Amino acid sequence: MKIRLKMFAMLRERSGVGEIVLELPAGATVSQALGALEKRYGGLAELLPRAATAVNLCAAGEATILRDGDELALIPPVSGG
Amino acid sequence: MDESWDFIALQASPIEVTAVLAAVEDEQTGGVAFFLGMTRRETKSGLELLGLDYEAYPEMALRQMRAIAHKAREKFPVRKLAIVHRTGPVPVGKPSVVVAASGVHRAEAFEACRFCIDALKKEVAIWKKEVWSDGSGSWSEPKSGD
Repeated sequence: MKIRLKMFAMLRERSGVGEIVLELPAGATVSQALGALEKRYGGLAELLPRAATAVNLCAAGEATILRDGDELALIPPVSGG
Repeated sequence: MDESWDFIALQASPIEVTAVLAAVEDEQTGGVAFFLGMTRRETKSGLELLGLDYEAYPEMALRQMRAIAHKAREKFPVRKLAIVHRTGPVPVGKPSVVVAASGVHRAEAFEACRFCIDALKKEVAIWKKEVWSDGSGSWSEPKSGD
């Protein structure tokens, strides 16, 4: 299955991309997606532990199971205002 | 009044204070509380802050801003609410965010306004990058009370 993964702020800058498509085995979790991401972009490793995750705009945890076509977003600590 | 009256937006263009005020006016309102968050001048090791560059996850940020307005309505009997945040570059001295709340009386307007800006800073998927006079940029770390 394929999911879209979005990155923002320092994560986007560090990886050099705002959005990628990840090919994952069916039933993969958020945690597995992050593992696949880290393999591709080693520089993200130190930033990932502080990032929250959302699937299809709803807060998600590491154990959340992904479905084909899902949008997974990595959300570093926010600083609006 | 219900949330269909609320004015919730992200925009790249400068904030028009009069347009936001117009959005929360109505004839039952006895008080409007208005908060403008400004880009403040700062220096860091001899460098001047030129401005802030805001990035948002727009779909999520708008959903979160609507949820904050909804929560404010549950807590305080406000008439109308407006929450508008800029994206992209905002020079020093200019507003990056505005919250306005109208109420029959001032108390609920003040309280709702404060609640919305505090929640926005804590929760909404928006990030600011500080742009310095040597061309360098640094992502702002959230600080309490900032």
